[in-house]
Amino acid sequence: MSWLLVYPIVIPLLTAVLTYILRHNPAGRWISVAGTLALLLTSIMLLASVIRDGVIAAQMSDWGAPFGITLVADYLGAVMVVITAITGLATVVYCIGEIPERLERQGFFALLQVLLMGVCGAFVTGDLFNLYVWFEVMLISSFGLLVMGGTREQLDGGVKYVALNLVSTVMFLAGVGILYGITGTLNMADLHLAVREVENTGLLSSVAVMFMVAFGVKAALFPLFFWLPASYHTPPIAVSAIFAGLLTKVGVYALIRVFTLIFDQDVGYTHTLMLWLAVATMVMGVLGAAAMNDFRRILSFHIVSQIGYMVLGLALFTPLGLLGAVFYLVHHIIVKANLFFIAGVAKRIGGSTDLSKLGGLYAHAPVLAFLFLIPAFSLAGFPPLSGFWAKFLVVKAALDAQMWVVAGIALAVGLLTVFSMTKIWGAAFWPDHPEGAKPRLGDIPVFERLAMMLPIGALALLTCVIGLFPEPFVNFAEIAAGQLLDPSDYISTVLGVQP
Amino acid sequence: MQSLILTTATRLLVALLLVFSVYALLRGHNLPGGGFIGGLIGATAFILYAIAASVDEARAALLVDPSNIAVAGLGAAAIGGLASVLAGKPFLTGLWLFLGASEGGKGLPLSTVLIFDTGVYLAVFGGILTLVFALEEET
Repeated sequence: MSWLLVYPIVIPLLTAVLTYILRHNPAGRWISVAGTLALLLTSIMLLASVIRDGVIAAQMSDWGAPFGITLVADYLGAVMVVITAITGLATVVYCIGEIPERLERQGFFALLQVLLMGVCGAFVTGDLFNLYVWFEVMLISSFGLLVMGGTREQLDGGVKYVALNLVSTVMFLAGVGILYGITGTLNMADLHLAVREVENTGLLSSVAVMFMVAFGVKAALFPLFFWLPASYHTPPIAVSAIFAGLLTKVGVYALIRVFTLIFDQDVGYTHTLMLWLAVATMVMGVLGAAAMNDFRRILSFHIVSQIGYMVLGLALFTPLGLLGAVFYLVHHIIVKANLFFIAGVAKRIGGSTDLSKLGGLYAHAPVLAFLFLIPAFSLAGFPPLSGFWAKFLVVKAALDAQMWVVAGIALAVGLLTVFSMTKIWGAAFWPDHPEGAKPRLGDIPVFERLAMMLPIGALALLTCVIGLFPEPFVNFAEIAAGQLLDPSDYISTVLGVQP
Repeated sequence: MQSLILTTATRLLVALLLVFSVYALLRGHNLPGGGFIGGLIGATAFILYAIAASVDEARAALLVDPSNIAVAGLGAAAIGGLASVLAGKPFLTGLWLFLGASEGGKGLPLSTVLIFDTGVYLAVFGGILTLVFALEEET
């Protein structure tokens, strides 16, 4: 079996244990960095292996598919693991600059690793119940990270977060139970074949909608998104950033996986429903963002709006639509995490994330202002940044499908995105600070400044690289979309592999 | 709030719940049960005690900080899962030792699966208690 599939789970697990043991010692955080670096290296090896050999699978515990737990990576799964590792590394480095020692002693870095383990596990598993377990791992660790520090505001956000996510989890579990009752299997490749034998297609569609609701809550899809803006602005910024980058995207990934591999029977019903949910998500998210007046809250609503584009790509269910969804997924994780990091620096030197209390960043911290422009314009979809290609592909897919209204709305939402980005620019960067303060990057001690600015610079660079050289990335996403639409390779690898 | 009924009942229930949690853990290999549910039942015992007496007393009775227990559990699970690697088997494969096995009897079956399951038990037990104690102390 291939160890490359196990590393994304085992490495964060061991790193978590080690960093927890050493949480009172500065060495702990460096182990955390080293562990995440190892995760990144092995995940790149995984990606290379997938590109070389196609889909790879491994059976845990020596139980052959479909009985045991299968770990499997196709193009989409592998690239998601890589992007998780990149975001994870950026966050861990950033945390060194941001997280106070008090939280570190409570085991902050260990919990972060557990979260990474959950996210990676969700991306490599080929079993529906196992996916549920990884969702639980993520939920518990993210709740811990949300409330760590224990302010009243954090608890308030944390409880909303957990309550709604538990509803989604129950829905997911019920869906898994019914699906198992209908088909007798939970291995996703096996399910792909089994659902074709099911006669009661009405029941199957009902289960599909249950999954849509369950993952929709996780992904913050309309009308189930309101937990996200209610909780994402409360924890330390680095936590917001990794949540914003990864957690909702696991929901989107699960939607993509399940609605291409299992529920592709009644596309006219399920995917059309999803299409309009996606459109509503885009519009509601961006309107919410336009109404907010806090750096982090605006960004939180933008997550919701952008989720709409990704799900739109999936709902169109054309090769180009899925291509766009995959490309959008990767681009968005990088850009969104980066914007939150920048909000963190702005808070550090400007004293707040409230836009009315910020100002003067352009005059006194031009480097930060420049670095803000890259992900902000990328998010809004300006050429030649990565967001332009992502939006272009999704809108093109909508036009090709002759969904004129949908394409028009997607473009209008892009325009409104620019508006709210301008709002941040016009309040935090352009005018003078309301209290006359001069927020300089130099105010942060050198070491911490380096730890905070390094991830921002690296992610901004990545955005530019994707934007300027989109061809290899688009080609990659094209193959990924092809594998999603025709999963024969996935299925033969999972079911044919001898443990 | 002190309730005489709750405090008296808790004294009996805590012991019962703890024994039952270990029973559920050991039963779990072939029958419904296992580390996860065992850990939850075990945590219930201490949560009950924390409500009946106080969080401080529950912490004192636990002796070890619950988050330490949780991480020890993660470590044990990792060891249980990786042990099979030394034997050249895939990750998580169970290695079995039948203690005192003879012609007629199977002996006492011990395995790395048990280490893994105990790890899960401790991780759930410690994780839940960390959360609940933190929430209880907040109010």
